[in-house]
Amino acid sequence: MNWRPCAGTSRKPRARVNAAIRRFFARRGVLEVETPVLSGGAPLDPGVESWCASAPGGASGYLQTSPEYPMKRLLADGSGDIYQIARVFRGEERGRRHNPEFTLLEWYRQGYDDGRLMDEVLDLVQAVAAEDRAWARPVGTATRVAYAELFRGELGLDPLTCSAVQCARAAHEAGLELTGNLDRDGWLDALMALVLAPRFPRDRLTFIVDYPESQAILARSNPRAVGYASRFELYWGDLELANGFHELTDPAVFLKRREADRARRERQEQPIPEADEYFAQAMQSGLPDCSGVALGIDRLLMRLLDVDDITGVIDFPWGRA
Amino acid sequence: MATYSTSEFKAGLKILLDGDPQVIVENEFVKPGKGQAFNRVRVRNLRTGRVLEKTFKSGESVEAADVMDTDMQYLYTDGEFWHFMVPDTYEQYAVGEAALGDTAQWLKEQDICTVTLWNGEPLSVMPPNFVELKIVQCDPGVRGDTAQGGTKPATLETGAVVKVPLFVEEGETVKVDTRSGEYVSRV
Repeated sequence: MNWRPCAGTSRKPRARVNAAIRRFFARRGVLEVETPVLSGGAPLDPGVESWCASAPGGASGYLQTSPEYPMKRLLADGSGDIYQIARVFRGEERGRRHNPEFTLLEWYRQGYDDGRLMDEVLDLVQAVAAEDRAWARPVGTATRVAYAELFRGELGLDPLTCSAVQCARAAHEAGLELTGNLDRDGWLDALMALVLAPRFPRDRLTFIVDYPESQAILARSNPRAVGYASRFELYWGDLELANGFHELTDPAVFLKRREADRARRERQEQPIPEADEYFAQAMQSGLPDCSGVALGIDRLLMRLLDVDDITGVIDFPWGRA
Repeated sequence: MATYSTSEFKAGLKILLDGDPQVIVENEFVKPGKGQAFNRVRVRNLRTGRVLEKTFKSGESVEAADVMDTDMQYLYTDGEFWHFMVPDTYEQYAVGEAALGDTAQWLKEQDICTVTLWNGEPLSVMPPNFVELKIVQCDPGVRGDTAQGGTKPATLETGAVVKVPLFVEEGETVKVDTRSGEYVSRV
């Protein structure tokens, strides 16, 4: 047992990053908001698992995996542009780049499409990185690579039509020996995380844009590419920093995707949390046209301070918390 | 048959892979924020010593390797095999060179070692963390000579060569940390 905090050198930088973020949004007229950490419902997205919390009297709820649902309820209520620095919790995610509890910066911009929001993400990262001359800064500007182009160019795979067998072969050729049954999206995740991301230029920012619609989550369908969604991710080197959408506003599509997620959870024997019906109602009532993004503050700090392990930027990581 | 889930993976865990017992050297959790989770592990084959990288879909299970660590006393070598005995049962095991590896250089008769058995066959031998061995050869110490950080090589009775401080002389017995191969003190 060791009671002492373990991320001492990152404590002041973290405070400066938070202050810089608040200045950035104050200047741009984006409102800081707070929403509950504990909710009665949770997303059914099979890629994230919620922590459950229970009170001695029998009440129970879920710790948020992101503040997305309540923030969208604010948007549907006419809040206008908003941001939040939120503590979020995700399943058993624990490793060099994962702590089950971490900090997300999430923000929404009305009338922005995903391209315009990416410009702002880049502005924010560069503004924060410029806070302290001792911090690392991304080299040059960010490149934007379409998901499909990346898979075709690097692996010769078409992400919409490739079979699991073709993916397995591409993985094998790239030196990835993988055990476990994966469907196409599982394979695409494996190839992205374990083969492609490590090839991204180390000191640079890379946006991967236009994810397959099967991985749209709450992004709208892409008007420019059939079968793809207006979803992007930002990487600094091989480290995933942010995930953003031109937000889905069609409630019928939302309900259809939620049912598909539920079916998938059943098939894979994952827990099925209570759905968040407040959010579903807000979607029905009408989410304004907007784009939103969530950016991992701990990951950003890792890159700014050139730290390889997330426990280097979190004083009391899970296991010592 | 015992199995381990990927959520139990950690360094030191012994699993059966490709028919061989392997020990996890490093376990890394990899997951796209919204996607499928994986465990990427580096494993060392306990039979061949080969290190490999493997990736598992998180949630998969693997068979545990029936590997047991047993304390045994080192008896002697006949040149081909090194013979060990379980003190309580007098049961004896002959260990070949492949399983013994670098450990041979630390083995002194009657020392207690940890012998790893897989299905009853010796896989590897861990010497005691500290051994006390006599220096059979080293140059006389030259006081004040710090050109090499104040150490000189010394050959021990088992054949191991360790760096010792200049004041240590041939014929003396020294304590050595076998994990680092470093001199600890004079005995």
